Amino acid sequence: MLWLIHACGDSTMVKQLKEVLQDGLYNRKFIIGSSITLLFFAMALLSYTWTPHSVEEINIAVKLAKPSLEYWLGTDHFGRDIFSMLIFGARNSVIVAMVAIVIGMGVGVPLGLIAAAKKGWIDETIMRFNDFTFAFPALISAIMITAILGPGSVNSIIAIGIFNIPVFARITRGTALSLWKREFILAAKSAGKGSIQISLEHILPNASNILIVQATIQFALGILAEAGLSYLGLGTQPPAPSWGKMLNDAQTFIHFAPQLAIYPGLTIAITVLGLNLFGDGLRDVLDPKLRRSR
Amino acid sequence: MRLFLLKRMISTVLTLIVASVVIFVVLEILPGDPASFMLGIHAEAETLAALRAQLGLNQPLSIRYLEWIGGLLTGDLGNSYTYDVPVAELIRDRIMVSFPLALLAITLSTLIAIPLGVVAASQHNKPLDFLIMGFSQLGIAIPNFWFAMLLTIVFAVTLRWLPAGGFVGWDAGIIPALTSLLLPTVALALPQSAILARVTRSSMLDVLKEDYIRTARAKGVGYWSALWHHALRNAMIPVITIMGLQFSFLLAGTIIIENVFYLPGIGRLIFQAISQRDLIVVRDLVLLLSAAVILINFVVDILYALVDPRLRGFNDG
Repeated sequence: MLWLIHACGDSTMVKQLKEVLQDGLYNRKFIIGSSITLLFFAMALLSYTWTPHSVEEINIAVKLAKPSLEYWLGTDHFGRDIFSMLIFGARNSVIVAMVAIVIGMGVGVPLGLIAAAKKGWIDETIMRFNDFTFAFPALISAIMITAILGPGSVNSIIAIGIFNIPVFARITRGTALSLWKREFILAAKSAGKGSIQISLEHILPNASNILIVQATIQFALGILAEAGLSYLGLGTQPPAPSWGKMLNDAQTFIHFAPQLAIYPGLTIAITVLGLNLFGDGLRDVLDPKLRRSR
Repeated sequence: MRLFLLKRMISTVLTLIVASVVIFVVLEILPGDPASFMLGIHAEAETLAALRAQLGLNQPLSIRYLEWIGGLLTGDLGNSYTYDVPVAELIRDRIMVSFPLALLAITLSTLIAIPLGVVAASQHNKPLDFLIMGFSQLGIAIPNFWFAMLLTIVFAVTLRWLPAGGFVGWDAGIIPALTSLLLPTVALALPQSAILARVTRSSMLDVLKEDYIRTARAKGVGYWSALWHHALRNAMIPVITIMGLQFSFLLAGTIIIENVFYLPGIGRLIFQAISQRDLIVVRDLVLLLSAAVILINFVVDILYALVDPRLRGFNDG
């Protein structure tokens, strides 16, 4: 009997994935968003194997060079290749935003599931804690963390991750509360399953669509927050290049080399736009009801 | 309403107390000795002892917390270690920059966002709607500090119409002072208005489907009049929620934008205090910022009750 359930589970998943991809092909936001997102991840992966120049290679002789065949987007004030730095910066952004989401989901989702399953004072305590964490924007908590631990990418990951916790807790709780009222949960209850088992086996899989969409939104916000922290000098530390740090450097030269400010900012904006479109498109595709009502 | 107000006031005060305890404990306990943290690892024993005495570190933690809170309530925030002036004085000077900036940014973003959201909703799925939503997607994706740099490149570096940074002070007159706050205000307001326009649009779309709008139209109320007088007021509830939530992002944005434009505000002060390891200033400012967020959320809850009497009813039981 068990193998049958597993086989069914797998085939529905494959079917669902196929449906998502098929629907996705008709959704403009999904196509544009997923293309930009794939490109962004490809850039991040590429940085492990190849960049046109080394990102730590300082060559003052070619500082602030214009774009050329040698340096596709020109060089910065140390003569470092801007294109290579952008590729490397993508890796940095992916890691920070991704780990911050793992922290946010790892803590937030269980908290939301427990709050919805147990209700009463446990729910109340978790939600008040949630409100409290929400009162600290990522930047303010990052400032406190860096005041104590010093600046660095690990600390910015912690700060953004902490900011993600209440977001995931809130959305998991909301979705779980509405699922607990459904008949199939009642059936599971009458079959003698405990609240933890129901949460893991029935609530979580049914909430996964909403959580995936939220994760893409938080991913985009994570990239913006990381860029902001690195811009302030609280995030990724030199010599490792990051998009925010590149903008910080560019500001010093804004009067005679404004092009330095254009590329990193444009890269951030396009990436975040792509992720947001991907999230929007994914939501439409995963929830056809929502799409029809719009 | 009175019971609702009382409940919310009690929970706000409790949240403020928890916030102050967390900030105090995090900044006092985690780094070990604040005095050696502030003076760095090469500090001499005598200097350390002197600073410890000055900070009152020889007293138990609970006494120090109560002294800090007592000081806050009487307006004595302690002395800044690096500037050697009362923190209250530092904050008073800086808030004269940050507060008007935040206020101007919120006003500008509301003035842009609400009409755009209403127009987009009224033109649902028409070219103008797509255009406005496209603007909104862009506004959300563009980091505000990069937008600030673009504004500087265009209006300060290329056209030379506005200053690239700095603040002339209110003594120089209102017009010059507002001029130096113009670019920072626009930079702060853009992402806020992009989000707010989106929320206004979807909230308006929900309300426009309601029966009472159809009734109003059937009674002969004009389309725009129904939109402005009947729909907008009801559509404002989610908009106010988002404005309340945005306030904390606005504060965070102010920290970055003040650094882009070298404005002597709270954001720049907190940033400088961190690099100078001035823990007293950091502690007071972090509490000030969180208290501002908590109080704004309290005000938003009260505004809800005023806009939507149904919410009052629920809470009164």
